[in-house]
Amino acid sequence: MKVLVAVKRVVDYNVKVRAKADGSDVELNNVKMAINPFCEIAVEEAVRLKEAGTASEVVVASIGDKSCQEQIRTALALGADRGIHVEVEGRPEPLEVAKLLKGVVAAESPDLVILGKQSIDGDNNQTGQMLAALTGIGQGTFASDVNIGDGAVQVTREVDGGLQTVELKLPAVVTTDLRLNEPRYASLPNIMKAKKKPLETLSPADLGVEIQSHVALVGVQPPAERSAGIKVESVEQLVDKLKNEAKVI
Amino acid sequence: MKTLIVAEHDNQTLKPATLNAVAAAQQLGGDVDVLVVGSGCEGAANAAAAVTGVGSVLCADNAAYGHQLAENVSLAVADAASSYDCVMAAATANGKNVMPRVAALLDVAQISDITAVIDADTFERPIYAGNVIATVKSSDSKKVITVRTTAFDAVPAEGGSASVQAVDGAHDAGVSSFIGEEVAVSDRPELTSASVVISGGRGMQNGDNFSLLEGIADKLNAAIGASRAAVDAGFVPNDYQVGQTGKIVAPDLYIAVGISGAIQHLAGMKDSKVIVAINKDEDAPIFQVADYGLVADLFSALPELETAL
Repeated sequence: MKVLVAVKRVVDYNVKVRAKADGSDVELNNVKMAINPFCEIAVEEAVRLKEAGTASEVVVASIGDKSCQEQIRTALALGADRGIHVEVEGRPEPLEVAKLLKGVVAAESPDLVILGKQSIDGDNNQTGQMLAALTGIGQGTFASDVNIGDGAVQVTREVDGGLQTVELKLPAVVTTDLRLNEPRYASLPNIMKAKKKPLETLSPADLGVEIQSHVALVGVQPPAERSAGIKVESVEQLVDKLKNEAKVI
Repeated sequence: MKTLIVAEHDNQTLKPATLNAVAAAQQLGGDVDVLVVGSGCEGAANAAAAVTGVGSVLCADNAAYGHQLAENVSLAVADAASSYDCVMAAATANGKNVMPRVAALLDVAQISDITAVIDADTFERPIYAGNVIATVKSSDSKKVITVRTTAFDAVPAEGGSASVQAVDGAHDAGVSSFIGEEVAVSDRPELTSASVVISGGRGMQNGDNFSLLEGIADKLNAAIGASRAAVDAGFVPNDYQVGQTGKIVAPDLYIAVGISGAIQHLAGMKDSKVIVAINKDEDAPIFQVADYGLVADLFSALPELETAL
């Protein structure tokens, strides 16, 4: 079976992002960029399916400007076979990304599409569900376990009360949660090899999609700051403060 | 302006998150109706009808909706959405699963996790783990929105007398089925709606030590939570996780025990009214957001705290 993985280039998770002084947008100049952590888990899952002999090919796609080829190369170094870059300027919205991925799905006919459950920049948590809706297939979101069966996949999902397991007919969409796996590090030889793996570039027009905008960014602001309070000396003092000052117990 | 709230429920009862979503819808102005999609969900529909401010309740009751499979539920919601300007749900695991699918079926954007309503088209929502609050303006004529429940005070669950109308037509997409679930049964309040939360982090060292939190939780009627580190280490199940990608909580009192305070964890709890941190590392970033910090070894502080309460 063929597995398609979608990856996104985002600000590295260690970076504390701030609003620009004029409040027009976030400050992204000279900020370290990386593959979205949930997407990395998606790549790892696909590569493990290949190593287990379940998947025959792992294709990785990314949507964005030229720089996201860097993240495709990272995925190739982790073990994906070839890359597809859909070149789009600016920041396409989740619905547009889902439409572009639908085009990639139509061209590649994968049996399974794995995406991260959310990207840590927009925190939208939408693209996988939207792709599944647009292609009319099942979705296993927030996956902590994925088992491929005969023409179907069982996905264990992290839900509010615990875990839920669903079975989806293939092809299907899976979005990864944190505990699906622990991604490997790319080895130097694999990073070198990844440079020679095929990477195709497509335009939205190639996929029959005209990019639209539904939501405009009016501005950004820092959240209400919490200031540090006081240090108490003892448990006794803590209980006293909670009872008599904060009045919360 | 007509808004349809997609209820969060377990067929018998309405989950409190629905009440926060109704509150957000009221800020938009206009009529607020509730859609209950489930199987044998009359109980939940009647509960929704009693909620203050609800105009009418639509009830789509069919076996296909029994386990809230997104493939089926989204079709029912998209169908019902045709006569509304806005479809809203709480940003719970279920809301996050179903609503983007609804938005795609309607060919509109979803605005995720709103924390404020500015006007009928403009909303605030946190991005980058809550390090930045974005103001966004939607140009879609029909809106699909999920609501961060902690940002809107719940409307009263009683006091309303809406009518309940059955919605015809069953949708079974036929691509998914429910296999099973492991749901923790607990007498404690739900993490996302508890007024007191006590959470443990990596400093707890193992799952057994979480019993140190239980006695305190019992005395305070608190829910127990955890940092990602504690969940990843297998100390407690995933549904305990508080943070950017786990649950968002804003109780009156949040007690962080043995939690260093990574930004991803702070994103899930920094809107709590009062924050207490207990950590033996006095430089832990959690102290920068704590109203009351206690630098102490948790293994001596927790039994002391339990006794003192």
